[in-house]
Amino acid sequence: MVPTSYYLILSAILFGLGIVAFVFKRNIITIFMAIELMLNAVNLAFVAFSQSLGKPEGEVFVLFVIVVAASEAAVGLGIIILTARNRKSLNVERVDLLKL
Amino acid sequence: MTDFLTQYAYLIVPIIKIAILVFIVLTVDAYLTWIERKVIAHIQARWGPHRVGPHGLLQPLADGVKFIFKEDPLPANVDKVAYFLAPFLTLMLAITSLAVIPFGPQKFTVFGYETHVGIADVNISLLVLFAITALGVYGVALAGWASNNKYSLLGGLRSSAQMISYELTLTLSVVGVLLLAGDFSLRGIVEQQSSAQGLLTWNVFPQVIGFLCFYIAAIAETNRVPFDLPEAESELVAGFHTEYASMKFAMFFIAEYTSMITVSCLATLLFFGGWLSPFPASWWPFTQYLPSLMLIPFGLWVIYDGIRYENLFGRIMLPGVGTALTAVGAALIAFPALNGAIQGPFWFLAKVFTFLFVYIWMRGTLPRFRYDQLMSFGWKFLLPVSIANVVLTSIVILWRMY
Amino acid sequence: MTASLVIFLVLALLAIFAAVSLIVQRHPIHSALSLIVVMVALAGLYLLMGAEFVAAVQIIVYGGAIMVLFVFVIMLLNAEEEERTNFSKLATYAGVPLALAVAGFIAAAIAKSGGSLPAAEPSGTLTSTKTLSNLLFSDFVYPFELTSFLILVAILGAIVLAQREN
Repeated sequence: MVPTSYYLILSAILFGLGIVAFVFKRNIITIFMAIELMLNAVNLAFVAFSQSLGKPEGEVFVLFVIVVAASEAAVGLGIIILTARNRKSLNVERVDLLKL
Repeated sequence: MTDFLTQYAYLIVPIIKIAILVFIVLTVDAYLTWIERKVIAHIQARWGPHRVGPHGLLQPLADGVKFIFKEDPLPANVDKVAYFLAPFLTLMLAITSLAVIPFGPQKFTVFGYETHVGIADVNISLLVLFAITALGVYGVALAGWASNNKYSLLGGLRSSAQMISYELTLTLSVVGVLLLAGDFSLRGIVEQQSSAQGLLTWNVFPQVIGFLCFYIAAIAETNRVPFDLPEAESELVAGFHTEYASMKFAMFFIAEYTSMITVSCLATLLFFGGWLSPFPASWWPFTQYLPSLMLIPFGLWVIYDGIRYENLFGRIMLPGVGTALTAVGAALIAFPALNGAIQGPFWFLAKVFTFLFVYIWMRGTLPRFRYDQLMSFGWKFLLPVSIANVVLTSIVILWRMY
Repeated sequence: MTASLVIFLVLALLAIFAAVSLIVQRHPIHSALSLIVVMVALAGLYLLMGAEFVAAVQIIVYGGAIMVLFVFVIMLLNAEEEERTNFSKLATYAGVPLALAVAGFIAAAIAKSGGSLPAAEPSGTLTSTKTLSNLLFSDFVYPFELTSFLILVAILGAIVLAQREN
């Protein structure tokens, strides 16, 4: 069988890759996808702990995380569509009207 | 040698079953196109294919050869990853969904490995089917977008929006059946419908609304008439598969027919008792001969038709096919063990072909929906009706419990 | 080298390669496809651990609904490949090693404390849907109702946001 720490290391690596994508990409939609990747990494950790400790509450929480991610994606993409219409670009560095 | 087989039976037996199933399904797909063309032609008072081979029976073979030899163009400026991925993804998902469908009740043992008639027997087979249906939207959306063609993009987006909308109704209309069965596995759902009264305990009677919502949503999911606006020839050229030719188009084509077969299998498993015979158990001594009673007269009729056929090839081939069918029918009477084993799959296939015939019948008869009519029908009528079905079923179950 | 370990390695490497591909690809549609591969790989890992319902929900909801939303928005907004702008060299040369160091630190901390987990491996026994639904509707019924309200608010918000100005 596979030890729990292997799953947790994978979760940490995916979370780290999500952070790298969040910081370095310039397209707003790709940044949003990096957030989803981080949420998935956290879900993996939840399920790994839930199965290794034998408590199904962890999996119930994963269902909640998925639902919250869905509603966040819906509203976030709505905002992205509006911003793209206004600024005519999906590049986050172009949304700089408040810059000095 | 047998030692190796027994030790690795858990790998070898599923691989053999997969090979047999894929071969059978692809052949059924090909002959489904023949049946469709003949049935629609007869509905429209013409003959359909009747030149290539006797009664046009070799037409699918000719179509296959055409697809292989036709030029496979690559349009300019397409997104190569998405362009090549879309037909593969659609076909792979359509064929994978056949893995969790149980075709019969038997469990038999081969090389010491106990297995059943079907490839994978998982606890959540219904959820696996819904997951595969959910992923099927990508094939269509990517095909439309990758083609670098505004008609394809529009057709692809319309088709994927339609598939997503009707997916909700598809999933909700099954919840009534799940409440009655208490189990996600398709085998469990069929076993819950089995009883000594045969036909009367099938799920279609308590769940008529659920069945109608499911079947209509399934037709919309598979993009068939009357919901086939996104791929209609007169509307958007050919919709999302305009820029695909020869082999890639053949993949979309096969995927569409395979998902038709999967949806018909689902409808029989969920609502019509799967492999259960419609006759009560007390009639078993008579109804066990029904498969042979259907095969032997059909085989004799094919022989009779073939003897007087117009060209020589037909006069040889048709009586040959007829003799084979009659021989199978006679073998079923002669060997009771074989007869017992064939009952489940025979009823299953009979019901699946009935549903496929209804699909084809609708294609020959009904006009198609306009896109806004289609979307408002899905969201404003079917979805509330399936939600009402769920609420009604739960109320009745709770009322019966207390 | 048991079968579970082999399957775990295959799925884990697939997830990591897809996540790296999400960072490396220039066009957002390719990043979206890589993210779908990550989600399917994670669903496979959930199945390996025995959480079958969560695996199915992950594919149906995440892979079949949320990512479809992303793909639609990318197609509708006509997103193009990222431009090659060099805004900051410091970010690349100092940032990537720093991020990898953070992830490595977390991973090392986990690996060192691996022995203190009570049961060292996910048991692989299938969690039945019945257990989950009993929990969901008895202990967790308040969060359940709150999330339904949250979804309703999100739907209304998305509709209001995406309306065309009259």
